[in-house]
Amino acid sequence: MHSKHWISALALTAGLVMGGIAQAQTTVRIAWYSDGNEGEVITDLLKRFEAQNKDIKVVLDQVPYKAITENLPVQLASGQGPDIARVVDLGGIARYALDLRPHLKDAAYWEKNFGPFLPWMRPEGDTKAITGFMTQLTVTGPFVNKTLFEQAGIALPSAKATWEDWGKAVKDVAAKVQAPFPLAMDRSGHRFFSVAISEGAKVFDAKGEPAVIDDGFKRGAKLVYDWHNNGVMKKELWGSVSGTAYRGANDEFKNAQVVMYQSGSWQIAQFDKTVGDAFDWIAVPSPCGAGNCSGMPGGAGLVAIKTTKSPEAVAKVMDYLASEPVLSEFYARSLFVPGHLGIAAKGLDYQGASAPAKAALKVFSDQVAQLSPVAYQLQGYTSNRVIFNAVISRLGQAISGEGSLDEAYKRMESDIAQQIAERKK
Amino acid sequence: MNRLARMAVARRNPGRWHWTDIAAYAYLALGVVLMFGPVLWLGLSSFKTQAGLLEFPPSLLPMSQKEVRVEGHAQPLPLFEVAMEDGSKRVLAQVRRVGIQAQMVDPANPGQSIRVPIDKRTPVREFKLATENYTEPLERFAFMRFLWNSVFVTAVATLITLVINSMAAYALSIYEFRGKTAVMLMVIGTLMIPITIILVPVYLVITKLGLVNSLWAVILPGAATPTGVFLLRQYMLTLPRDLIEAARMDKASEWQIYWRIVMPLAMPALAVLAIFSIMWRWNEFLWPLAVLTKTEAYTLQIGLNAFQGELQTQWHYLLAMTVVTLLPVALVFVFLQRFITTGIANTGMK
Amino acid sequence: MASDAPIPAASSDRAGTASLFAAPLALLMRLIDWPMQVLQRLIGERRMAYVFLLPNLVFFSLFVFLPLVINFIFSVTGGAGLFPSERPYVGAQQYAYLFDCGSFLDASSCREDHFWRGVANTARFTVFQVTAMVLFSLLTAVVLNMKIKARGFFRAVYFFPVLLSPVVVALTWKWILQRDGLLNAAITSLGGERILFLVDPSWAMFWIVFVSIWAHMGFYTLILLAGLQAIPADLYEAAEMDATPRWRVFWRITLPLLWPNMIVVIVLALIRGVQTFDEVFVLTGGGPGTATLMVVHYIYETAFANQVQNFGLAAAASVVLGVVLFALTLAQLAASRRKGAA
Repeated sequence: MHSKHWISALALTAGLVMGGIAQAQTTVRIAWYSDGNEGEVITDLLKRFEAQNKDIKVVLDQVPYKAITENLPVQLASGQGPDIARVVDLGGIARYALDLRPHLKDAAYWEKNFGPFLPWMRPEGDTKAITGFMTQLTVTGPFVNKTLFEQAGIALPSAKATWEDWGKAVKDVAAKVQAPFPLAMDRSGHRFFSVAISEGAKVFDAKGEPAVIDDGFKRGAKLVYDWHNNGVMKKELWGSVSGTAYRGANDEFKNAQVVMYQSGSWQIAQFDKTVGDAFDWIAVPSPCGAGNCSGMPGGAGLVAIKTTKSPEAVAKVMDYLASEPVLSEFYARSLFVPGHLGIAAKGLDYQGASAPAKAALKVFSDQVAQLSPVAYQLQGYTSNRVIFNAVISRLGQAISGEGSLDEAYKRMESDIAQQIAERKK
Repeated sequence: MNRLARMAVARRNPGRWHWTDIAAYAYLALGVVLMFGPVLWLGLSSFKTQAGLLEFPPSLLPMSQKEVRVEGHAQPLPLFEVAMEDGSKRVLAQVRRVGIQAQMVDPANPGQSIRVPIDKRTPVREFKLATENYTEPLERFAFMRFLWNSVFVTAVATLITLVINSMAAYALSIYEFRGKTAVMLMVIGTLMIPITIILVPVYLVITKLGLVNSLWAVILPGAATPTGVFLLRQYMLTLPRDLIEAARMDKASEWQIYWRIVMPLAMPALAVLAIFSIMWRWNEFLWPLAVLTKTEAYTLQIGLNAFQGELQTQWHYLLAMTVVTLLPVALVFVFLQRFITTGIANTGMK
Repeated sequence: MASDAPIPAASSDRAGTASLFAAPLALLMRLIDWPMQVLQRLIGERRMAYVFLLPNLVFFSLFVFLPLVINFIFSVTGGAGLFPSERPYVGAQQYAYLFDCGSFLDASSCREDHFWRGVANTARFTVFQVTAMVLFSLLTAVVLNMKIKARGFFRAVYFFPVLLSPVVVALTWKWILQRDGLLNAAITSLGGERILFLVDPSWAMFWIVFVSIWAHMGFYTLILLAGLQAIPADLYEAAEMDATPRWRVFWRITLPLLWPNMIVVIVLALIRGVQTFDEVFVLTGGGPGTATLMVVHYIYETAFANQVQNFGLAAAASVVLGVVLFALTLAQLAASRRKGAA
């Protein structure tokens, strides 16, 4: 008796799992990762969509971010991908993206509102396709612990202050209030290039091919390298891990150990929750360099995938999610900087947010207009992650004392060349 | 007699404390602090709020700032201990903070407001469990579905592993046959293949078999663990041969010898392998993540790791869910570890 | 014989719980027995070995050998394609890249400098880790095998870390080891200087060895504990009669009889030491600089973390690693067999 039950239970599950679910409805699957509450928000929004469209069932497969960077490319290459995916490596995924234009209700709406971001999600050489929209536009920029400045009795540098000015100011503040981290910067390519581009890095040559190591880049790299040697930055972030590993200073900032934290707009929701009223945290405009005062744009896009069996239904879902009222609600509830020009122009009312969070969101939203064309070009470059990874890996080694800056430059150039050559094989 | 002898060699004879006994207990005490301390702290930390988790220096217990209701204020106010200018200490409630000055009131005398520099106050804290770390994710996720998938994968995979590995180990330890060395070499050769390395090739095989998004894709590839074969074989080598010969004299079939004689004797090693397999399958993450993309097929590990984003991880949820997934395997261990000590000595065998 | 009382209780308890699982299994096994007997009559007793090996071999060939062959094909092809058919043949080029060094004594002169740094770090890590792992798991198993009070509890204590996922292990220790972590809080409260454990290369290496032992020791202890059970008690009885000192009992009886299981522990510890990746990746990320970068970490970065997923180069590195490991394991087994025979 016992064994019979057991075997039939086994067979039943096997059937359930292997057989899949046969339904009259069209099913659209979205692979989605979350940094904060955005998974809950989108679930709400999709429920409303399903109520309006009884013939389409949308399944949100919530995955760890790791699945998106490492497994999704393999799955897509073998034709096993989802219908829609939320991705960060926009350039890498672009060759699997579906051109939605034939299926959209109003392609002009997309052109008008997502114009500057659409090229990020296009396959190399394509200039027309519409494949998705930005669920979140991120802009890099610094957060400052204003209370530490007040305690030290030192005035905040002005909006047009340079990186050097800030470096000096935060060092003084940290010395006075005994904060261990005058300046912290995420170990990430986007954060580094916000400094390098401000210092005048051009990244590409006239033909649009990568020519990463130039004077502007070297000025930026030298600045970061020197900061680690004169105590403005500590080795915990850039010097303590190898390869492409990401490290942030959220915990340190939250504990008032960091005077200035070069990170980006996605931190706002978390700081709002974890810092609370412990101190005044503010976002300040991106500091200036020899070239300009630009941050780096980035973010996560929701991209339709070519292998889908039901492009019509996918387009319907995308049209719904990209529509102004829905997207406004999504950005507002997850405290994201809008990647929709119409919404950005009107200004978004972040209803649930506290006063400091609202102020910080405004600073970052205003920064979008200040972004340098180089920053857009780098973000839109299909193999940009090759550049980012080579730079963090090699600069990190130099900072931790393994070799000189010049050796690091040589390695960056050869790393980038080798990988791009491998892709073109 | 046997038992008596063990007793004599072993402890619990209050009159005869050997120095090794004292050393052993000292070692165990150290072990509790070093091995179990961090685990316990992890358990406690799963009850901390998101902000509490990130605190420096970390606190041992989940603590939150105490709040009081004060007349004239709609929201409860946070309590601080304040070092006053005259050197005395008072417990005050904070109304608001402006820059580096805090406006505070005495809860007993809410009319009068006191200005305090913020570095003169320390929060008054109390023990508080953030149970929402548990309840919120449990409500939001298809927890029962994930649990069932994990249980199914773990149980079926462990059963298959135990049976086929012990069969192979039996063949490799009891028989002499042509090709034995070759098979042993293969077992040892494949011992050293981490899943990270052959992940993509195995994925291709699974795709060709059409098993993507099926739980069998998780169960089958790891079933023939070389580790298990190696472990069981080494253990079976230590079993007394004359028993097997005696059984053959009694006309027992080879299958009966395997099942009736060798398996019961190998119980301790089987228990080790069962624990190993259960624990490994239950916690397996990389491989299921590669082959399971649909929520219906997720295991617990995929579900709980969804709290890891690109730039942020919701540690408070991740820790709480880790504790939840830990409990069943911890219980299984406590249950199975008994089989390890009831080996040959107690089965009436000699 | 009051002292005998616990035994029947213990064994009946075990029988009770075991029968819960055994009943359905016994039925199944009896069903299998019949065709097995027929088979045995047909092919003879000795050849039954192949029958016992068969199921395992089927799984092996499908999910281990076939992938290894594909892996080898990856290593002699290039490009970023996934299916072997999409990848151009490049011969031994990937291997040539790996061995393209100015001087083999200086990793920074190599084209793939991270691979060689990984090799050096992994070798150093494995030597320390395996030695300490074997010693401590043996010590723990012997202690846990003594007639101590609350034995089940103590076993659980040593085993629980094994249950934690690498992410959680690394996270716990990061909280303990970071600038304002638990350990530094303790050091400063005792008046010491705070130490940046994860920024200093030597400390970082020490801690990854420590943490990986912490996380995995329970498993090896369990194997040895099971092994200790197989040692017949009458041997100890005889030793006790002769009043042999304990260290001698350990050296003359326990260790030799435990040897086959010690081999399991040594071999597995070595192999898993070389494969170490997860905890180290989360705890130190291979840093500071590349001080704790492991070979498998390099393979992982090359195949997955980079935007251009270079399966060819990663496969070549894994083939090199596999060959070295295979040779090492064989040498070790040969050496231990000689020792076991002596």
